[in-house]
Amino acid sequence: METKLIAGVNVNLSEDGYMTDSSQWNKEIAKELAKELNIELTETHFQLLNYLREKYADGEVLTIRKVGKSGIVDIKGLYKLFPGGPLKYSSKIAGIQKPTSCV
Amino acid sequence: MSATEKKPIEKVMIICAKGTIEDVYASLVMANGAVMEGIETKMFFTFFGLDAITKKTMHKLHTGTVGNPAMRMPGGLPFPTLLGALPGVEAGVSAMMRKQMAALDIPTVDEFLEMITAGGGEIYACKLAMDMFKLKKNDLHEEVLDVLTIGQFYEKADGDRTQIIFT
Repeated sequence: METKLIAGVNVNLSEDGYMTDSSQWNKEIAKELAKELNIELTETHFQLLNYLREKYADGEVLTIRKVGKSGIVDIKGLYKLFPGGPLKYSSKIAGIQKPTSCV
Repeated sequence: MSATEKKPIEKVMIICAKGTIEDVYASLVMANGAVMEGIETKMFFTFFGLDAITKKTMHKLHTGTVGNPAMRMPGGLPFPTLLGALPGVEAGVSAMMRKQMAALDIPTVDEFLEMITAGGGEIYACKLAMDMFKLKKNDLHEEVLDVLTIGQFYEKADGDRTQIIFT
């Protein structure tokens, strides 16, 4: 584990760059994390990030199928928002742990 | 450039030639997983694998109850091959398996195909097998992009970091 100064906060990160303490998260950190992945966050992105954080806090295992039924975006839309890593990148930016599901 | 530099896979070509639940799902999970990792993904369904993309059969896939030594009864006891040969047993076991998968929130075959194409994956059918089974493009699910010869499929396997996987 390492800490990194992101948007003025010393953030705890796992080896592969996921936040290990989701309570440290804020919108500014999200923007910085997204920038590293070449993603510019929009209002829809934030709706989705909040959705992921809520489900994560409830202890649910996240899948792209579940996100596709969230009512925020369908699966195609999810790929558009987070190209190349719909669940991995969105989880990283949402400040939650790396997804553990296979679907 | 260090000697330990990682060279991630950039493209996978997954060939599914069998039509049992386990073979089809192995292919679908691998393909969808690749798409989710940002890997360019192409699937090729041939021979009995065509059942997985044929509208009439895709929701009725079975698992073999005969000659499958890993088959177990719900309690964990071995599943006798002779029992598996009785009429209706294979259908019952297969229905049970599909139910179990649905309970685990595993997508159905058509939903899986949609998830794969939603992420940019491509799904192809084998021309030779289509001719053999007298199938037309119309018989296939709408997510199937095209019917190809094996040569055309290989042409799509260009690039250094391409893997072909046969299930």
